[in-house]
Amino acid sequence: MTISPSSIEQVIPGQGAMAQPSATPGRTKRRRLRFVANAKAATGLAILGIYCLFAVIGPWVAPYDPDARSGDVLQAPSASHWFGTTHLGQDIFSQILVGARSVMVVGLLAGVLATILSILIGVTAGYLGGVTDEGLSAMSNVFLVIPALPLIIIVTSIVEQASDTLVALIIGLTSWAWGARVLRAQTLSLRRRDYVEAARATGERTWRIILFEILPNLTAIIASGFVGTVIFAVMSEITLAFIGISSISSWNWGTILFWAQGQQALAQGAWWWFVPAGLAIAVLGTALALINFGIDEFVSPRLRTGGRTRIRTADGRTVRMRVGFTPVLAPKPAVPAPREAAPRVDGAR
Amino acid sequence: MRFLLQRTVFYLFTAWAAITLNFFIPRLVPGDPVQSLITRNQGRISADAIESLRVLFGLDRNDSLWEQYLDYWRQLLHGDLGLSFTFFPAPVSTVIGDSLPWTVGLVGITTIVSFLLGTALGVGAGWRRGSWIDGLLPATTFLSSIPYFWLGLVAIAVFAGPGSFFPSSGGYEAGLVPAFDQYFIPSAIQHSILPAATILVSSMSGWILSMRNMMVTVSSEDYITVAHAKGLSERRVALSYAARNALLPNVSGFALSLGFIVGGTLLVEIVFSYPGLGYQLFQAVGSKDYPLMQGIFLIITISVLVANLLADVAYLLLDPRTRKS
Repeated sequence: MTISPSSIEQVIPGQGAMAQPSATPGRTKRRRLRFVANAKAATGLAILGIYCLFAVIGPWVAPYDPDARSGDVLQAPSASHWFGTTHLGQDIFSQILVGARSVMVVGLLAGVLATILSILIGVTAGYLGGVTDEGLSAMSNVFLVIPALPLIIIVTSIVEQASDTLVALIIGLTSWAWGARVLRAQTLSLRRRDYVEAARATGERTWRIILFEILPNLTAIIASGFVGTVIFAVMSEITLAFIGISSISSWNWGTILFWAQGQQALAQGAWWWFVPAGLAIAVLGTALALINFGIDEFVSPRLRTGGRTRIRTADGRTVRMRVGFTPVLAPKPAVPAPREAAPRVDGAR
Repeated sequence: MRFLLQRTVFYLFTAWAAITLNFFIPRLVPGDPVQSLITRNQGRISADAIESLRVLFGLDRNDSLWEQYLDYWRQLLHGDLGLSFTFFPAPVSTVIGDSLPWTVGLVGITTIVSFLLGTALGVGAGWRRGSWIDGLLPATTFLSSIPYFWLGLVAIAVFAGPGSFFPSSGGYEAGLVPAFDQYFIPSAIQHSILPAATILVSSMSGWILSMRNMMVTVSSEDYITVAHAKGLSERRVALSYAARNALLPNVSGFALSLGFIVGGTLLVEIVFSYPGLGYQLFQAVGSKDYPLMQGIFLIITISVLVANLLADVAYLLLDPRTRKS
């Protein structure tokens, strides 16, 4: 999996959308909902909601017992078996529904664990500085460089028949480093801000400054780190199940792919055996990535995909925006304005 | 030079940490997985080999942990990684030596190509923000969310049927002997096209996206406006001014995410039964061949560290600021 360097690192909070002064009290409510109003974030959250719902109710609404064998061996999708059946006549649709719980639980559990670790290590390192910082940064850099997946595979394979909780624990303990690094960099830039200095001067305790002055300003970064870790944890869990390391007695989407691969589903042309599980993973990954883009764009409005590059100004002219220039579309003044007040657009020409 | 020295020291430290981790992992586990393997192969393993496995896995020894640790290092420095059980009686180092070139060839080349191609596309997408290219971004997100191995499975199902040009498994035609001749090379290339394409498709979109975002951030800097104002051509501003500066964070991002990429690409080898380290690791896991697993982990880690060092050298060449101090 690729973790793209987040743009958040380069953006100083205070310039982003969060820090825009709320012009009128009437508009504050709209601002609060702005994150959800972002189309990407809304789509991602909606899909994630559906997955969470199935994680809860999946085992109850599944039409069959995922383990139950039947005479319908290796059937293509039909009305009675929506996603077809396996070589033992098990219903694949039920397996997917039942497997959703394990995937979501491991993803969220590992995400929470890694996020807590990254906050503890990253913020402490950034705020305290000095030897503590050097030690903790060296530690997170080491964990960042060591390839996580082979490490997870080895640790899990030494523990026989690892349960979901254990898998989540192992993934969480090995994947906090990225978040810690980003949080440290951000804390470093926050700790010299005036309001933090003021809090220190009034004699606030260190833990209180960290908890109430620093952490609230890191919310967006923490959230995006959490989402990123959940993606990684889900992929790792499915990989572990696919190569048959974690317990194969419980269902998740990797287990389905494990059996599909082991029973030569490809050679037999049983596409329905592996396509639904793969799509389920890909859609979940896309949803989480969309949420992350939403957070990125929320923090750094520049990144928003332009959508419309032609904009009609208030006085009826059409303006074409260019990269790198933020047009100032001044509202039409009541009195005819002199020429300098005209919208400044297309600056370089 | 100072920068490079600092990085080298850091990588040596990381290598030490990884090796130490490798020393402790088997010792933390209750029970002796390796002991049972030795017992199962009783009489077939020489006393020397058993002794080397005891050092590697710390079985029923009365030495202190520190002495065990020193023994472990002594043995590693001699290149002795124990005995593989899957490929009995081959030592782990031989098995790894056979499969390393395949992985370096496949994963190394595709990773670099994917980075270059993705970065180039990202420059285009970032410079023309708001054009139709933005419409493609969700598609690349979807592609990067697909697990590598699943894309490999689909690729095999679609392209590698019987009678197809693309073979579905292996690294070369059965019956050929690995050598640099006119029979082996084309066969090896033919076998690597499909795995390479799989890795490219799923790993490229990450680079496109991060480069796009960097381009968008950089293109509102003052020096870009100045370049425009000077009347430089659009192309020149985009490539020599914006892209050159936007590239730096992407290169350091490349170094940092190498570990993740390598982990993902190992899975492609598993799906295609490609004779590299990933497939070897898969077989080792299947047959509980702990010495081979530990050896592969060490080699992968050290390769990633070397690749990181190379990326740092590239960074040094790209960013004059690091050379000054």
